[in-house]
Amino acid sequence: MIHPIPPGTRDVLPDEMRELRAITERLRDTFEPAGYGEVWTPALEYEAVLQAGDENAARAGYRMFDEQGRVLALRSDMTIPVARLVATRFGDVSPLRLSYFGHAHRSVEHTTGQQREFLQGGIELIGVSGAAGEAEVISLTLAGLAAAGLARHRVGLGDGALYRTLLDALEVPADAQPELLACLSRRDLVTLEMRVSELGLARDARDMLVRLPELRGGPEVLERAHGPADDAVDGLRTLYAALEQEGVADRVILDLGLVRELSYYTGAVYEVYDPAVGFTLGGGGRYDELIGRFGAPRPACGLTLDLQRVHIAQAAEERLR
Amino acid sequence: MREWEGSRQPAARSTAGEGLAAGREPESALTIAVPRGALFGDTLDLLDGLGIDTTDVRANDRKLLFEDVGIVTMRPSDVPTYVEHGAADIGITGKDVLLEAPDRDVYELLDLGFGGCEMVVAARAGDDVLGESLRRLGRVRVATKYPLIAARHFSETGRQAEIVTVKGSVELAPLTGLVDVIVDLTATGKTLAENGLVVVEPIVTCTARLVANPVAHKLKAAEIDSLVERIRATA
Repeated sequence: MIHPIPPGTRDVLPDEMRELRAITERLRDTFEPAGYGEVWTPALEYEAVLQAGDENAARAGYRMFDEQGRVLALRSDMTIPVARLVATRFGDVSPLRLSYFGHAHRSVEHTTGQQREFLQGGIELIGVSGAAGEAEVISLTLAGLAAAGLARHRVGLGDGALYRTLLDALEVPADAQPELLACLSRRDLVTLEMRVSELGLARDARDMLVRLPELRGGPEVLERAHGPADDAVDGLRTLYAALEQEGVADRVILDLGLVRELSYYTGAVYEVYDPAVGFTLGGGGRYDELIGRFGAPRPACGLTLDLQRVHIAQAAEERLR
Repeated sequence: MREWEGSRQPAARSTAGEGLAAGREPESALTIAVPRGALFGDTLDLLDGLGIDTTDVRANDRKLLFEDVGIVTMRPSDVPTYVEHGAADIGITGKDVLLEAPDRDVYELLDLGFGGCEMVVAARAGDDVLGESLRRLGRVRVATKYPLIAARHFSETGRQAEIVTVKGSVELAPLTGLVDVIVDLTATGKTLAENGLVVVEPIVTCTARLVANPVAHKLKAAEIDSLVERIRATA
């Protein structure tokens, strides 16, 4: 008789486990010497904690009651629990560097081949604002992936506030903005162009709103942001310069249309890609307001990797050798 | 305008190449998911216009994978799945398919203009089944191959609907009394008319769309942008 396991979960057997363990060890050996001490947080959080971080509770998929009737959720995100931990346990230690490895659970449609339970590993840097912090987090993640055996990985770099800034600068009416931002986060550039055309803006402004999300590539992308967009990409310009200093700029794809699903990001956002995997290997960004929801506000940024996808990329890399 | 037009050719490949490890597999060629069925002919014409040789694809009804030209053929409703997973970098499918699969994480890059169809509510000609059902029974029964689109349409228009999903000829459902109305895609209205059905309400117009995998959209930016540019130029 076959006893099933819940859809979107899986057993890991020794052969796979050995390889997965090797990847986490190499990432740990990169993070720990750089000062990122590892932490554990509970697999279960109060649902309210996840909701404080993201109004959709970061798409938590499994909820239950404890004996007092309080709603618990299997954590769907690692950054929100770490933010809670920082605010409640670390007072004003600054800067603070933390790393973590653990499973998270999210309600995704499992019939599309996506996992509901997935292994995450990542780093969070608290108390360092601006490009200095972001460059450290990105370059350390890139180094960790190289140590884990990846060779073709890249990081996409955008600014979650960029399009909103541009909408304000071009005086797009406030009631028209949410629909445009929704199109952008749905990656529906056809409807975006249609809605922008309906606004009756000047031709330059219209073209800027339609073309900006398509701008991605090397530093030349920043040169192509004209007018109000020029000021809006100042943050990315500084960050790119910092990444050049770190010697990792050739791994970076600047992406003026990049947006992330989670709502706690306040500035720069990142995604990690590898040509062997059709989904992102991970992502992150700056979340300067998240820790303040659990205690004293502190600037912070971080990056999380989906380690099973990193494993797929690493295996593909091995086959190429 | 000029500047922005010129800007859609980022030299991602050249910045990508240097400094990365040698021995990379060729990543430049795009794999294109092509829908068989109603959009097939127009899609192949479009690809011909872009200089992609589709002779082989046209000559082979049963073959699915054409590696030489980077084409994979499939049902239109499978295109978002292949593209989301990166099994194809880009693909062509109907807006109806995309509306019915809102969770597929793909870029919708272009309205290709062809394959125009109307998603409609249709009922038996003559009597007002829709109004009658709603008034007397408080809800309407709807058969469709597009349960999400149908449910959204009725909920957005403030009416309660019982959605019955069918796989085959949906026109049969109201004729046999299974349901009151259907939600389906119609190009000419001919099949509806032949079964004594008439359009009661239009829902949305659906044309063919160009979609892209989110990772390919970054890693193969130059190739995708150049393709989009050429399609825009032919439009």
